[in-house]
Amino acid sequence: MSRIGVFVCHCGENIGATVDCAKVAETAAKFPGVAYSIDYKYMCSDPGQTMIKDAIKEHKLDGIVVAACSPRMHEPTFRKAAREAGINEFLCEMANLREHCSWVHAKEDSTTEKATELVKMLVEKVKKNKPLTHIKVPVTKTALVIGGGIGGIQAALDIANCGHQVIMVEKEPSIGGHMAQLSETFPTLDCSQCILTPRMVEVAQHPNIKLYTYAEVESVSGFIGNFEVKIRQKAKSVDESLCTGCGLCMQKCPSKRIPDEFNAGLSNRTAIYVPFPQAVPNKPVIDREHCTYFKTGKCKLCEKVCPANAIDFNQKETIIEEKIGAIVVATGFDIKHTDFFPEYGYGQHPDIIDGLQFERLASASGPTLGVIKRPSDGKVPEKVVFIACSGSRDHAKGIEYCSKICCMYTAKHAMLYKHKVHHGDAYVFYMDIRAAGKNYDEFVRRAIEEDDVNYIRGRVSKIYERDGKLIVRGVDTLLNSEPVEVEADMVVLATAAVAQQKAEPLAQTMHIGYDAHHFYSEAHPKLKPVETNTAGIMLAGACQGPRDIPETVAQASGAAVKAVALFANDELTREPLVAVVNRTTPPMFSTCVGCFLCESACPYLAIGKEEIKDRNGNLIKTVAYINPGLCQGCGTCVALCRSKSIDLNGFTHQQILSEVMSLWNRREEYAEV
Amino acid sequence: MQKFEPKIMAYVCNWCTYAGADLAGTSRIKYPPNVRIVRYPCTGRIDFMFLLKAFEAGADGVIVSGCHPNDCHYTSGNFHARRRWMVFKELAEFVGLDTRRITFSWVSAAEGAKWAELVNEVVEDIRELGPNTEYQELAKKGVNMPGDLLYV
Repeated sequence: MSRIGVFVCHCGENIGATVDCAKVAETAAKFPGVAYSIDYKYMCSDPGQTMIKDAIKEHKLDGIVVAACSPRMHEPTFRKAAREAGINEFLCEMANLREHCSWVHAKEDSTTEKATELVKMLVEKVKKNKPLTHIKVPVTKTALVIGGGIGGIQAALDIANCGHQVIMVEKEPSIGGHMAQLSETFPTLDCSQCILTPRMVEVAQHPNIKLYTYAEVESVSGFIGNFEVKIRQKAKSVDESLCTGCGLCMQKCPSKRIPDEFNAGLSNRTAIYVPFPQAVPNKPVIDREHCTYFKTGKCKLCEKVCPANAIDFNQKETIIEEKIGAIVVATGFDIKHTDFFPEYGYGQHPDIIDGLQFERLASASGPTLGVIKRPSDGKVPEKVVFIACSGSRDHAKGIEYCSKICCMYTAKHAMLYKHKVHHGDAYVFYMDIRAAGKNYDEFVRRAIEEDDVNYIRGRVSKIYERDGKLIVRGVDTLLNSEPVEVEADMVVLATAAVAQQKAEPLAQTMHIGYDAHHFYSEAHPKLKPVETNTAGIMLAGACQGPRDIPETVAQASGAAVKAVALFANDELTREPLVAVVNRTTPPMFSTCVGCFLCESACPYLAIGKEEIKDRNGNLIKTVAYINPGLCQGCGTCVALCRSKSIDLNGFTHQQILSEVMSLWNRREEYAEV
Repeated sequence: MQKFEPKIMAYVCNWCTYAGADLAGTSRIKYPPNVRIVRYPCTGRIDFMFLLKAFEAGADGVIVSGCHPNDCHYTSGNFHARRRWMVFKELAEFVGLDTRRITFSWVSAAEGAKWAELVNEVVEDIRELGPNTEYQELAKKGVNMPGDLLYV
């Protein structure tokens, strides 16, 4: 027979005013298995908790029901009290008399009756509660940072500076990401490279950071604190330990007409290349797709000129395995290219460019050394049209969201243009100006008021060429929707920010959620913005949705703290409210029949296979095994299991059934019929 | 004759509807005291045998409510519940249960008012349907609800 204690709280007037607490306690005392029952004004107060602890000891209680507020409010409080009194904390349950009863019902007999029944439900439940112990999982104190842009760099440095090991994986030959491509940054117009490159170098030289460039994450398995990650190191064809980075090979390489990704296709590069002069690591790789030797079997010029004998055409792709405790995903974004827009000529006109291309034109390290020259003939454009919201917020284009950064960078572009071409005219077509941020609106106003940029509120319907000019046809919705025509020399489209092309397969290998646009989903939009639904995997930056540099950096530091917090202990403690496969009946066997339907339902891939063998090691059968480190306790597998072999700690079949069947008690009534 | 007071069992998930019902409480939104809430971690946990068990215990109506689609704390549990409900509904109709007695809904943690409204509606609907006699009818015909074998 159970010895349950019932503690009814008045919560001052909150419960006491509508529920007859003394009567509830009195009735509860008569429930079978209840050894002690009392009501008190404030159970959560110090004397209230002491009362509970004393009663547990004095009456040798083996389970308690605290009938008070919502368990979402004070369950931890009373579980702690139970633990301190020497019984297992999971033998404490709460009946929600306040939020679910006294606050929502009038002072009537039916309210007290309901309160009594709520207590009864929980008394029946707690009788079936089993002592549970917290799950401890060891933690590997190494973080993986995927992506070497500003988000990844910030997260890696923060974690490494806390004394933990970091492995950074970047798919390009150099870290730096999109920020390295930018000319100046809003709203201060400070040089992007000047603030980024020192941090890149810091990453490369940090004793706690191991950097894999030209590498991609192949697969992620395991769980929080214990991930196993496979990294595909692409063949660089250059022995980095020998290479001095002198650059002779790049001068001699005969394949010189490959569009340069770093300059957004505005210039060409060689097949053996360093993406940009400030690259980290500053050592070239061979782009095998375009290399003459790999295409035709002849050339090897680079090998001949290399003074360090660093060229290695036989280098193979390798798979590196690493043990990881936490993962920060900072894979960033991409932008839509001009070929996405039929109304703007499918990207066929060289003088219609996207925002990143303009960044390169404006950059001192770009193909024009910072002089604004249009790509077609190299002339300085006298009239430039900037079109904001190219693709963004456009249902017809399938991109309903706001790309967030475009309003600001368009203002920046127009300003940079005006600063470099003083006599030029800049026009901006916009839908709305969204310049929310510290000093952001002031920045846009500066573009309009000080730099005389012509802002026109309206969309552009078409761009076509006439007499060597680009005719931009739009509408000014602030002037009675009158049509506007601008004869431009160059057009810059602020194209929509989109997810990386490989975002979806990467999310699938990590089992993190993503939205319809392949941006990664946070665990909670408000309160868990840097975590994913997979414990131990954090997000930083634009892989989660378009965002600017300060936001990315702030989020990366947040993600880093989450990783470091995880590393603060040698072991991870988790609530034991996880699903378990019944292995007790009959002894040694499991009732599990091995259909693995549960495996298909588990969103966390926590269900694996376990072999049951006899004493000679012969396989008897294969049954499901639920990894307590991965299981989050949703119970979907439990409801799905056909043989009822899985149960959920804290919400077992017996607990819920007892709760349900304690009510109303009409079974006898039915039996009589 | 005493007025018929429907007995309503509510199976709700911990993260959305339970919290939504909490919010109804903190907002002091009044609704009839006919409902008894059983907390599940997720609607995906609800073995639909518990629906039959609710009727067996004496419920006149059952509410199942969890997070809105795509809002599930566990990513997809509510979708499993919805699919299970679609299958279960046909079975329940086949055995002769009035499926109007089961209400499936989504109530988020922010929808305290919606929770109160839902309870109001269900109580009124069930009041109109009258006491749940189908279960007794079924018992009379010798239809065994197999839950007992599994749980008790």
